[in-house]
Amino acid sequence: MNLSINKKNIEVDVDPYKPLLWVIRENCNLTGTKFGCGIGQCGACTIQLDGVAVRSCLTPAQAAEGKEITTIEGIALNEDHMHLLQESWIEEQVPQCGYCQSGQLMSAHALLSKNSHPSDADIDEAMSGNICRCGTYPRIRRGIKRAAELMILDTNAKSKSHGEME
Amino acid sequence: MGKWSRRAFISLGVLSGGALVLGIAIRPGNRAKKVKGFIGNKDETVLNIWVKIARDNTITVIVPHAEMGQGTHTTLAMMLADEMDADWSKVKVMEAPSDKEYANYALAKGFILENKKLPSFLTDTLNGTFLAITKQMGLQITGGSTSVRFTGTYAMRVAGAAVKEVLMKAAADLWKLPVEELQAQKSHVLHEKTKQSIPYASLAESALELKQDVNPRLKSPDEYTLMGTSPKRLDAPSKVNGTAYFGIDVKLPNMKYASIKASPVFGSKLKSVDKAAIRSMKGVHKVISLETAVAVIADSYWLASIAINKLPITFEDSSKASISQNDIYKMYLECFEKANKDGDQIKDVYKGDMANTFLVDEKQLSAEYRVPFLAHATMEPMNCTAHMHDGICELWLGSQNPLGFAKSVAEVLDIPIDKVKVYNQYLGGGFGRRSVPDVAIQAALLAQEVDYPVKLIWSREEDIRQDHYREANISRFKASLNQEGMVTGWENQFMFKNEPAEAPHIPYAIENQFIHYTETENPIPWGFWRSVDSSMHGFFTESFMDELAIKANKDPYEFRREHLKDSPRHLKVLDLAAEKANWSSSLPSNWGRGISIHKSFGTIVAQVVEVEIIKGKVKVHRVVCAADPGYAFHPDGFVAQMESGIIYGLTAAIYGEINIENGAVVESNFHDYEMLRMNECPIIESYIISSDSFPGGAGEPSTPGIAPALTNAIFSATGQRIRELPIKNYQLEMSKEVIG
Repeated sequence: MNLSINKKNIEVDVDPYKPLLWVIRENCNLTGTKFGCGIGQCGACTIQLDGVAVRSCLTPAQAAEGKEITTIEGIALNEDHMHLLQESWIEEQVPQCGYCQSGQLMSAHALLSKNSHPSDADIDEAMSGNICRCGTYPRIRRGIKRAAELMILDTNAKSKSHGEME
Repeated sequence: MGKWSRRAFISLGVLSGGALVLGIAIRPGNRAKKVKGFIGNKDETVLNIWVKIARDNTITVIVPHAEMGQGTHTTLAMMLADEMDADWSKVKVMEAPSDKEYANYALAKGFILENKKLPSFLTDTLNGTFLAITKQMGLQITGGSTSVRFTGTYAMRVAGAAVKEVLMKAAADLWKLPVEELQAQKSHVLHEKTKQSIPYASLAESALELKQDVNPRLKSPDEYTLMGTSPKRLDAPSKVNGTAYFGIDVKLPNMKYASIKASPVFGSKLKSVDKAAIRSMKGVHKVISLETAVAVIADSYWLASIAINKLPITFEDSSKASISQNDIYKMYLECFEKANKDGDQIKDVYKGDMANTFLVDEKQLSAEYRVPFLAHATMEPMNCTAHMHDGICELWLGSQNPLGFAKSVAEVLDIPIDKVKVYNQYLGGGFGRRSVPDVAIQAALLAQEVDYPVKLIWSREEDIRQDHYREANISRFKASLNQEGMVTGWENQFMFKNEPAEAPHIPYAIENQFIHYTETENPIPWGFWRSVDSSMHGFFTESFMDELAIKANKDPYEFRREHLKDSPRHLKVLDLAAEKANWSSSLPSNWGRGISIHKSFGTIVAQVVEVEIIKGKVKVHRVVCAADPGYAFHPDGFVAQMESGIIYGLTAAIYGEINIENGAVVESNFHDYEMLRMNECPIIESYIISSDSFPGGAGEPSTPGIAPALTNAIFSATGQRIRELPIKNYQLEMSKEVIG
């Protein structure tokens, strides 16, 4: 089976029903995506399929064929630069044990990619599928808001510099 | 079984402490050379067992505690680096290996001495004695909010200060200058007059030849450069880019995966397993029967978990199979009755004239509270990777007690402890759960049966149903009030006593007190659960205090104040919480405000909760938390722990409930063992008071007070008193007129 993970094509020899979570972790050696409950209740396994946040523990591998899979390892801008969301997570000192944070970040990333100005209610809706036992919710909320502000600044700066170049 | 208990340990320590005065002198000396083999690389000088310096002047702090989210790696590294005047930008941290040389004697010292200062001539002997005890016990625990309090104070700061002294002395020898003229700054020794400067790394080898003082001068707070500030956590970057390595992420060559199913009825023996049922499954390698569980080994965890669920397994009948939740409560009540009848209650506190107080003051109140069993539900399900080869058992997992795990596994496998190697990883949550070695023992037993490494992962169902639980408990109170509305007598009865010993003790000036309990066999496996006994006694005592305030017709905050007149530290914390929460301001109808105060693990925490009742359910809007930990070494980390403990406690108060039916746990996963989520998370404001008392803990003290502050707030909104947790079982109704 051919999969595209973080913009790389990978051929894996797996049962088409094997959940994507275990394909990613066991066959692709990307261990940032975590196992939490196996029934789609906790969000630790959240990844994106074509930019939409999904629970990989309930998604069979075959459902990802022909789609772009993004995991936590795939959201940084490049090797030296993290995504603004990740930087905001560090600025707000979000992670404690850190186990759920990949899933939290993938849900937050999906939210910001379709909503650059999320309200508290938007954040509640997008993030309530992700459990954090360390109770980092207040900081996650701040992290998302900070990232949203930075991303708007970043976009403005880019369009401005682009304009100047022209 | 090499089970440790902090209580057992404390008594052992006291005995040894008594003996040491008679002159048992085992000097620790400098163990740096002994440990160099497993912590030092070629280009590094190991200065003492807690710190090493590389040629490029990078300083690595060796921390004998597991990182489970509490930020201990960062805070402990800061404490050492500050005393050492190290350049923080070039400080790294590594976790101490699980070797007996790293048995954490600072913990032992902390438990036994608390904050007692000892004459310096005893320090050598004392440290040696503690080291001997801790080695023997394999003490390398993370729990009890001890890392900063004990390890930080007795090991990290001392090590940093001692190393700085020898580095400066080495510089003085080199430059032939008096050491008094030298300064330490950013991992360099400086001599201002001659404008000389030399990096620590260049002094390390000659410093190693000098004897380090076991009782060096520590900085006073006005000299701190790092302590009291909040540098970014060292583990944060790896935890946002997916590279942080947890136990479950370990991968070894030729490794296979195991799933497991243990007897749902605790302790029932395996009777039979029909292996034929999965024989045809491709990629499934082996079914292994253990005493009370069955495991399947396969090429993938997913396959292993499908196989284990297909496998017909029968367990032996057990006498425990008939036990249900109500039987347990009934048993507790019978214990109460019997103890009261026979007069053999275990006295915890007895003071004043309890015989007469209830006769004199006629205004009296009685109440009974209940809390259920609770599971930990760490985000990372229990797991352990084990490899048995050449007579050695290697284990990879996240543990709150790596040395203790090694000891337990060695005993089960009947091999020497030094043949068990535990490689500790990040813990995806601990909360006390990862101090129990059950999964490590299972993994080791599986590894014994095969010639490849095995990664055993528990399903979430196994995690919820095979935990070691905070016990269900009942607490009964009776109190008397005088004409002025002051409490004159306080009687409290409950089951069991673990830690902390002061959990059921009240800070209030009440003359006559009788606090007592009864021990019986708890049929359900017990474990340390965040804040342990305080997790329930905070709820019990602060709920009852609130009921007494209402009975006395007083404001619950003022009522507490009046009873805390002789406790200025408590009063200050309570006042700050009330002030920041604007306690006396009015609220909309359907809203309520509740308050609590509880001291645990050396930290006093007061909380004010604001709630709204919507369609019979509670919405928690805001929590104001004031805390006095003595000193917050990493204030932002401390605040993060307050938030964390509050949310953990809110989950328990609102949803937490493990029910026992037919000897087994009813709940199984997050759909029926629910967790607080983002949409239910209140605004939390935390305020720190530095009273300069001996440092208190951070990871646990905010958990006990949240449930009572919340139920007291529900009472103020509705007039409905919640005497049994969790709150989800109540339909909350507005009945203001009852109290009005």
